[in-house]
Amino acid sequence: MAMIEMKDVSKWYGTFQVLKDCTTNVDKGEVVVVCGPSGSGKSTLIKCVNALEPFQKGDVVVDGISVADPRTDLPKLRSRVGMVFQHFELFPHMSVTDNLALAQVKVLGRPREEAVARGMKYLERVGLKEHAHKYPGQLSGGQQQRVAIARALSMDPIAMLFDEPTSALDPEMINEVLDVMVGLAHEGMTMMVVTHEMGFARKVAHRVIFMDRGEIVEDAKTDDFFGKPRSERAVQFLSKILHH
Amino acid sequence: MFAGFDWDVIQRSAGYLFREGMTFTVTLTVLAMSGGIVLGTALAMMRLSSVKPLALLAGGYVNLMRSVPLLLVIFWFYFLVPYIGAWVIGAKQPVQVGAILSSVITFTLFEAAYYCEIMRAGIQSIPRGQVWAGYALGLNYWQTMGTVVLPQAFRNMLPVLLTQTIILFQDTSLVYVLSITDFLGAAAKVAQRDGRLVEMYLFVAVVYFIISFFLSHQVKRLQAKLAVPGRM
Ligand SMILES: Nc1ncnc2c1ncn2[C@@H]1O[C@H](COP(=O)(O)OP(=O)(O)OP(=O)(O)O)[C@@H](O)[C@H]1O
Ligand SMILES: [Mg+2]
Repeated sequence: MAMIEMKDVSKWYGTFQVLKDCTTNVDKGEVVVVCGPSGSGKSTLIKCVNALEPFQKGDVVVDGISVADPRTDLPKLRSRVGMVFQHFELFPHMSVTDNLALAQVKVLGRPREEAVARGMKYLERVGLKEHAHKYPGQLSGGQQQRVAIARALSMDPIAMLFDEPTSALDPEMINEVLDVMVGLAHEGMTMMVVTHEMGFARKVAHRVIFMDRGEIVEDAKTDDFFGKPRSERAVQFLSKILHH
Repeated sequence: MFAGFDWDVIQRSAGYLFREGMTFTVTLTVLAMSGGIVLGTALAMMRLSSVKPLALLAGGYVNLMRSVPLLLVIFWFYFLVPYIGAWVIGAKQPVQVGAILSSVITFTLFEAAYYCEIMRAGIQSIPRGQVWAGYALGLNYWQTMGTVVLPQAFRNMLPVLLTQTIILFQDTSLVYVLSITDFLGAAAKVAQRDGRLVEMYLFVAVVYFIISFFLSHQVKRLQAKLAVPGRM
């Protein structure tokens, strides 16, 4: 069953077309990695899934609900899809506890104690229980990103989107974040992950999508993608990023 | 060189100066600040809105207010507000608005333009990713503004916001032209009556200086207190 369906999604900035008829599916429990050169439209594509980026043509259907349909309650749809950003985007003026509880209380209407308890559960899961009272600025990048993942998980998402979750991190912190993501993947979380961590892709991705200049150039099973990429552009891209 | 001055006049009139004059000055400052910040924040959100007419309207208002001297605005409103009031409630006669109410309205509307620009800079200083993060969690526009953007914008802008308020505190002395008994107005009355201009105006200057200086100092302390842990 497709959890996320993208059908001919096209988007323009003025006359510049960022996305060109992008079509793909992410099934329930599937992990899909999106890669491609800088500026190819990966972030834009993944942001179309929860309507952070509006698009002009096509549709995205998340768990049966159309993003393009003007009657769709977008905040509600977004609350069911977790998103993790390159620069963490924790709220710096709130403690870790409040970061975790805020949307649970405001959006899901959970009582605060329940929201805090739930946040703590996920904080423990990402190994940061003892940091609950701290502010984001007092944590390392890797810790902040793990809190961000816990924040998204506390909303009980039906799918998780990651936009280069490790590319702003110091190398020694990348694994602590990837480990959490691998754990999620093994638990059967539906995930769409923009990343250049090919080790992660090989380990947990079911499929890899390769984008270039706004197009989905390749959409293949992980082994096929790494074994025999069909397009010249993907071959070039892989040789570049695997060689450094 | 101060021989021949009568410093006693200050002591004699201090009760009146502070009870009548300073009370009004502070009240006007606080009302105009509160109203100005609320209206200014709304204007800033309009200016940053993607709804073009709203943005243009707010932009026009702000630019107009900031291009006209405050003294002129005070006069204009004093003469115009009665007619606007009548128009709003549909009365045939101009509504009698006292000088005091008129000055409160004027200062609120005037200061709102300045607070708006301060808030706009504050809102724009918040990275776009913060808004995305709020939306991605399911918060709607107002919740994202209210819990994510504005609290951070206020913190960033607090020093400038309060400095503007100190300027406002000094500017309220312009209501003197409406014959209102603010602190300066009260001192002027005593000065005229007793013929003690130098003493009174010197005293007034010293009081404004001390209060403004003290407030500036408090702004710095507050800023340190509100700083978010882990940030500068
Ligand atoms: N607001 C905008 N206005 C105009 N062009 C934009 C805007 N945002 C992004 N673009 C352009 O759209 C294209 C795709 O951007 P996007 O951020 O999706 O790329 P990306 O694949 O995520 O790249 P990166 O690896 O650098 O993150 C880029 O060429 C970018 O310059
Ligand atoms: Mg990107």
